Parts: sequence; C-alpha cells; structure tokens
Amino acid sequence: MVSPRTLFDKIWDSHVITERPGGDALLHIDRNFVHEGSFHAFGALAKEGRKVRKPRQNFAVADHYVPTVGRERGLDATEDADARHMIQLLEENCRINNVAHFGMDDERQGIVHVIGPELGITQPGLTITCGDSHTSTHGALGAYAFGTGASQLKQILATQCLWLKKPKTLRVTVNGRLAPGVTGKDVVLAIIAKIGTAGATGHVIEFAGPAIRGLTIEGRLTVCNMAIEAGGRAGMIAPDDAVYEYLHGREYAPKGADWERALAQWRALPSDEGARFDREVTLDGSALEPMLTWGTSPEEALPVSGRIPDPQSLGDADKRAHALQALAYMDLKPGMALTDIRIDRAFIGSCTNGRIEDLRAAAAVLKGRKSMIPAWISPGSTTLKAQAEAEGLHRIFLDAGVEWRASGCSSCAAMNGDKVPPGLRCASTSNRNFEGRQGKGARTHLMSPAMAAAAMVTGRVTDVRQLLAGH
Amino acid sequence: MKPFTTLTAIAAPLDMANVDTDRIIPVRFLRKLRNEKAGYDPYLFHDMRFDNNGNEIADFVLNRPAYRKAGILVAGANFGCGSSREGAVYALLDYGIQAVIAPSFGDIHYANELQNGMLPVTLPEEICRGLRGQLQAQPGATLAIDLPAQTVTDTEGTAHPFMIDPVYKERLLKGLDDIGLVLENTPVIESFETRYHGERPWLA
Repeated sequence: MVSPRTLFDKIWDSHVITERPGGDALLHIDRNFVHEGSFHAFGALAKEGRKVRKPRQNFAVADHYVPTVGRERGLDATEDADARHMIQLLEENCRINNVAHFGMDDERQGIVHVIGPELGITQPGLTITCGDSHTSTHGALGAYAFGTGASQLKQILATQCLWLKKPKTLRVTVNGRLAPGVTGKDVVLAIIAKIGTAGATGHVIEFAGPAIRGLTIEGRLTVCNMAIEAGGRAGMIAPDDAVYEYLHGREYAPKGADWERALAQWRALPSDEGARFDREVTLDGSALEPMLTWGTSPEEALPVSGRIPDPQSLGDADKRAHALQALAYMDLKPGMALTDIRIDRAFIGSCTNGRIEDLRAAAAVLKGRKSMIPAWISPGSTTLKAQAEAEGLHRIFLDAGVEWRASGCSSCAAMNGDKVPPGLRCASTSNRNFEGRQGKGARTHLMSPAMAAAAMVTGRVTDVRQLLAGH
Repeated sequence: MKPFTTLTAIAAPLDMANVDTDRIIPVRFLRKLRNEKAGYDPYLFHDMRFDNNGNEIADFVLNRPAYRKAGILVAGANFGCGSSREGAVYALLDYGIQAVIAPSFGDIHYANELQNGMLPVTLPEEICRGLRGQLQAQPGATLAIDLPAQTVTDTEGTAHPFMIDPVYKERLLKGLDDIGLVLENTPVIESFETRYHGERPWLA
C-alpha cells in the first residue's frame, strides 16, 4: 500500500527527473516567469553562449519598473534612464529567446503574480518559479511555486530544471469562520505574528482548515503571497472546485479533452487523509480581528484593537533589540493604541492585494466618502483595471479623491519611483514593512485593502468594521 | 566558480536579527549593471553605511577602521530574509565578504550565497553571540573558517564545528557549477519530458 502523501509530496514526486547521492533532486520546472529584474540571468546566459531551452514554458512581463502614471506616453513616462533600459532589455531578451512577453502596452500586462493565475498559466500540480520571492503566491491554486535568485533563474532558463533539496512541510490549519471584515490579509498577518518571519524557514507551508477553504481565490492568493514573510519556501492550498471554476476558460488553461484530463489529475492532488507533515500549527480563525503591522518586520503585527508593545516585555533579546530599533524608526511609543496612529499616505495594490476583490472591498468603504490623505490605487493587472472600470469602481475612487493608476508593482518596493516621502506614514496593502522599503525613511503599516481605505477616510488607523457598520 | 576551502579574515560583528536583503542592498541600486571594475561594493548596507549626503555614518561597523577590511560577517538570526535579490550577494562579495556566520538564514539568500561560491555558516545563537562579543572586544581580530574540517576557530583558538549539507560542501570545495551538473543528465531529462508531456500535452 502506498503511504499517504501531502499535496507537496505529490507535486515533488511527479517532477523529480533524477536524484544524486546526498538527496539532491533534479526537478522539472513547468512554468518560469521573468521580469525586468531578470537581466542579470539573461546576461549570464548570453555570456555562456546559451539560449532559453524551453521558450514555451517561460513567460515575461514588465511590472517592477513600469510607471503607473502617464502610461499613454509609453516608455517616455519612465524618467529614470536605467529603469527605461531595463524595460527595453526585457523585451529584447524575450525577442532573442522567443519568450512570450507581456510588455507595458499589452492589455494582459500586470504584476507577474497577478497575471499568472489570471491568464491560467498558473495551474494546480505545477512547479512554478520566478526570480521574485513572492512567487509563493501561485501556490494558492495548488502549485509548488517558489522564488529564486539570478543564478538559479539562469539555470532554469538554460535547462528548464533545477537541483533542489526536498524542503520540509508545515501545515497551518486555520479553524472556525472568519468574522465579517476579516480577510485573507488579516489571516496571514496573524499567522506571521504567531510563528515569526523565520517560523517556516526550510519548510513549504500548506494552509488548510475551514477558514482557509472558505476564502475566495483572491483571498487564498493573498495568504500564499505572504508565506515568504513567514520564511516559508512556498505556500500552497489544496485545489478544489473553486479553483477549477476560476481557471476554466482562461487563455492558457487546458481546453476540451485536455481540460477533462487535467481535471482528473488535479482532483488527485489534495493531501491524503493521514498524510504526515513535519510540523503542524493551528489557529482559531473565528477569534481573528483586522490586523496591521506597527514595526519594521511583518511579524511585528497586532489586531487593530491592540496597543504598541513595550520592547522591554519581549523575552527574546534579538526581538527586543529589533523592536526598539523599529519603534525609533517608526516614531511610535510603547502603550499607544494602534488607532491613535496618524496616517499620511495610503496605497492599495501589489501582488498581495491588487485583485478585483481587493478593489471591491476598498470601494465598499470609500463609496460616498472622501480620502483625507493623498492616496493611490494601482490594480494588479491591466485586465483588472478594465474590469474594475466596467464595474464603475474607478468612479468611486476618483470621487473619493483617490488616484486611479495603471498597473505595476508601484509602491510595494517603489522601484518605479512611486515612493513614500521620508518620515511619512503609509497605510499599505503590500507585503513588506522593512526600513526604507517604500522609499528611504518611509514608514509602512501593512493592512488589508478595506483597512487601508478606512485609513484614507479618517487619516488614522481605523477599525474598518466601524465604518462598514455605520454606513 | 572559484572553489572555497579555508578563509582566515577580519570578521565584523553585526548585532542584528532579521537583516533583510532590502537592508543589504536597497532596491534603487538593483538596476545597476554589475560592472567588473566597480561592482556592487558601494551599495552594500548603503543606508546604514552612508547618510543622506553620502557621508559615512561613523558608528556603522564596516565604517570603523578596524573592520573595514572584513572578509567575514557575524550576524543575528534569519540573515538575508525577504526579497530574492541576488544583488545582496553581489554587494557582499564585491565588498570582500566571502562568508557570513549566523544562527539561521533566509532560504533564498542562503541558496544565492552558495551559487556564488560564498559560504553561509550556521552556528547556534549563543556561539554567534559569543563570537560577536569577542570581535567587539578585539576590533580587527580574525576568524578562521575551515570548510573541509567544518570548523570556525574563534579569537581564543576554540574551534566550533558547523554543519553543512555534503552536497553543498562538495560544490563549494570544487567550485562546481549547477548547469554543468544538469547537462550531464540530458538523456534522462529528455526522456522524462517526453513521458511527462505525453501525459500533460497542454503543458509542453
């Protein structure tokens, strides 16, 4: 009898080409994504006289460095010569190597981790790589997806496979039902706060339990997106009917007889009853509140009803030192209520929270209200931008005084110049609150789109449930 | 790739946990080409190393005269967490850092160090703290790393054994390139792909 296997084990086993003594496996990579930042890998490839071995299994999109304003002017909208060069270089490298490229003016352009699922390139059971740590996002459809550096990316381009050690597995089970106003973002921030930013190092996380299963595809993508923020090598969720419905008919999804064949394979993927994980963590989803970060690490997160902790009360010396430094950088004092934090800027978007459900959640809060602070929304893809406009969401944003921008990574890492000025405090739906992440000296509070919209309306950290209840 | 065997070098203590790769190299420098002459050296820890006017911040460990020529860094837990940017490794290497000692590493950064012939050494928290204490007490002191023996010898001559996966060790010792190891397997790869895509023609 075959022993019960996890979702991860099944994907791993079906992709091992060969093994070497010492436990290194050569893994087949189904789908690899590249973006402007992949120029080091393409450069190294060319230097070795190699080309992309399997062009049809690679996809390129311009997202990290693209401007989100003035896009009708094309490349001229990018003032920085280096950034312009990188956008051009990607197009050039794709042309030379025959790789599908969704450039700045393509209607399918968007953030790599948004368009992968949206175009049906991301499918259950696949191995997916990209030179970006948030590749974990794609695991929400039941794939094993992980980020690599430039050297491993070069290997994948050259060979469509990768030497890897099998990671360990961690199952995070979220029980119960989420309360209204509590989203995938709040769930994943609560998980990271509980296990820490190194809590899942060396592990692939499978998110499970009724609260996870109850999330929409968008919510699941948000949860898996931030698996890396818990140190996880990847995040994944067992595929189910919601995933199959989501994928059906998308451009790169299998069609006709292939669809039926794929479906049969996908249905066999979920972890078997009794499958063993190296570690297990459990959370009560029904006890969760909207969350936000107060410090400079994603683990420095609390429920919105909380107060800034006193670093002296932290038992771990390194965590204490980090918290002290974080409070100095964030200009916050122990004991302060989170809802007393004033907010200067707000950003909704990114591969974490730039999807249609996120835009709808923000619109529900902003409808008939005004933003008190400068705020901008960058949809996760150009396709989504059109969808949101067809739904009239952009009207609500514009009426609220919020900028409605083009799609790109924007202020998540501010590579394209969408920075938060030094010393200012930004409510952000992105994934990292590191020092300087949104610009030198910028102060980031991570939260859900609904919470960021609430902060726009009041100019301070606000429990969005109060706004929704009273509306 | 250059093989890594032993390294005796000045070691700098970095008393900080969760040193993310945004800190190691701020995002605005990732667009720079890694020029063989200048390299990424000026970008390493840029915003901790330099003020807004580009002047050195005197307190930062690598700006203190005794540690300027450091070849080893001893840091806190979860070194290199966050973004997958390999620029973090280029910056460390181009500065002259060839090994980082820490209680734990971000997975992607760990792999990136190995891919570039750098040695990430994992030692327990209390030993890392002890090493940093010695290096603070004797600025400019050296540590000796012996990869074949898997030891780090501290300033008092005590050798601390460390664990490293035998496959990674062999690759570093011989300076092997992963692509070479893949190409040896071309026939197996091709027969795998034929079977795999036969069962899943929509993925080919």
